[in-house]
Amino acid sequence: MNAKKKKRLFENIIHAIFLVLGLLTVGFVLLISVYLVISGIPAIREIGIADFLFGKTWASTAAEPKYGILPFILTSIYGTAGAILVGVPVGFFTAVYLAKFAPVKIKKFMEAIVGILAGIPSVVYGLVGMLVLVPGIRSLLNVPDGASLLAAIIVLAIMILPSIIKVSMTSLEAVPPEYEDASLALGATPEETYFRVSVPAAKSGIAAAVVLGVGRAIGEAMAVMMVAGNVANMPSLLQSVRFLTTAVASEMSYSEGLQRQALFSIALVLFFFIMLINAALNFFLKRDKEK
Amino acid sequence: MKKSVSILVAALAAVTLLAGCGETSGSVSTDGSTSMESVIGALGEAFMNENSGIDVTYNPTGSGSGITAVSEGRCDIGLSSRSLKGEEKESGLVETVLAYDGIAIIVNPENPVSDLSLEDIAAIYTGEITNWSEVGGNDAKIVLIGREAGSGTRDGFESITGTEELCQYRQELTSTGDVIATVSQNPDAIGYASLAAVNEDVKALTVDGIAPSEDTIKDGSYVVQRPFVLVTKDGTELSEAAQRFFDYATSAEAASVISAAGAVPAVG
Repeated sequence: MNAKKKKRLFENIIHAIFLVLGLLTVGFVLLISVYLVISGIPAIREIGIADFLFGKTWASTAAEPKYGILPFILTSIYGTAGAILVGVPVGFFTAVYLAKFAPVKIKKFMEAIVGILAGIPSVVYGLVGMLVLVPGIRSLLNVPDGASLLAAIIVLAIMILPSIIKVSMTSLEAVPPEYEDASLALGATPEETYFRVSVPAAKSGIAAAVVLGVGRAIGEAMAVMMVAGNVANMPSLLQSVRFLTTAVASEMSYSEGLQRQALFSIALVLFFFIMLINAALNFFLKRDKEK
Repeated sequence: MKKSVSILVAALAAVTLLAGCGETSGSVSTDGSTSMESVIGALGEAFMNENSGIDVTYNPTGSGSGITAVSEGRCDIGLSSRSLKGEEKESGLVETVLAYDGIAIIVNPENPVSDLSLEDIAAIYTGEITNWSEVGGNDAKIVLIGREAGSGTRDGFESITGTEELCQYRQELTSTGDVIATVSQNPDAIGYASLAAVNEDVKALTVDGIAPSEDTIKDGSYVVQRPFVLVTKDGTELSEAAQRFFDYATSAEAASVISAAGAVPAVG
């Protein structure tokens, strides 16, 4: 009896510890959200939400400062869309190949490579982009300078590849083999089977992979800051542009007063975008489970 | 609890002991130019190492605010990255040049242009001159590399060339290293960087025929420069701690600290 009681007490303690650790994470999220909202709202109020979100000029240190972040919002959307446009087809077909077609040796080798790609720090992507990609774009396209939205899109597309490949592969491999066997038994070729049976069966997982890629691309700052040029222009493919993330990162160290508050407001807008993406991700994963 | 109390007591005893040994204690407040952060930071650190009882604080508010603060007695020493104006001197403020901030105009080593006038530099950065051939170079578009808003180097460059808020940057980078790396990668780029940071990957231009160096900056012949000034109030005596810091900062001994922080010391 006593031993049983002791055991129960022990288990309760363990449960309590786990609960506290779990709540700690929730607490961090709440703390960051509340802090961002509290420090982001005042500047938006002072500038005016319409002027802030739809103003086309950002001149934070001018004698008459202007705080319009439309160029940053559009750049972030275009940049992310571009990265998805380039990165998703490459990642998707790689995943299908690795999950279904590739011989075991090649698969093992390529999985390891993808793992390394995922582990490269973003500053290294930025450095290589700055020293190789930017001069490359300059001489290939014959433009005065290569630091541009295009350079950022290429860097981001490479950076999101690992998450797209890994998540898509996992969901493709989870497709029940009976589906494929049935299709093959009915006389379909392997190509037909994988693209018409396996891919549709794994589509929620693949959609989740894409959303994950969007999240990674929109939140990246370091690599982008080194290749995009960081001038607050309205976005255009070969122009120097500034993303939401880099707008915060590049001015934070010297900022003061309303400028600093406005940077927090930009972070709030970015946070809002990322929450939307997370909601989308949850939606896809939930739909997957309910099936 | 008990432990922390005893540590506190020990620390207090140590401080009083040091003070008893003839060390000056107190604090020195400095207020002003954000561009002087690295110089004042380095000086403050070196000074506090030798004078453990004295605390040097720095409030980065901008040259104008620093000058106002010292004239209103809100700080011991004002920091300004420009010379005092006539009316400021008349109001009883005294300037002591601590160091000079020399800014090199850099281009790619392949660029045949090696000299520009200050007017040309301003015209290039404001977009009036857009092609290197207009200033004797190749027929190529000029790529303007600058620093982010709020950077001391950018502020210095724009105020010296009179191009505040007019620069048509192609890239705004967040560090001197990035500017140098970018200019060394692009044969048509022009940028600016603190003279101390310039290396052989880029070519520093002569301005109006004068090459940037410690000597040309000190004698004023190289024009892309500005003074770092300590501002004090005439007739108001500095506290003992502040006077010691002031003497230290303007001594020959501090010159190496100032050089290491990227500026050209006025003394030594």
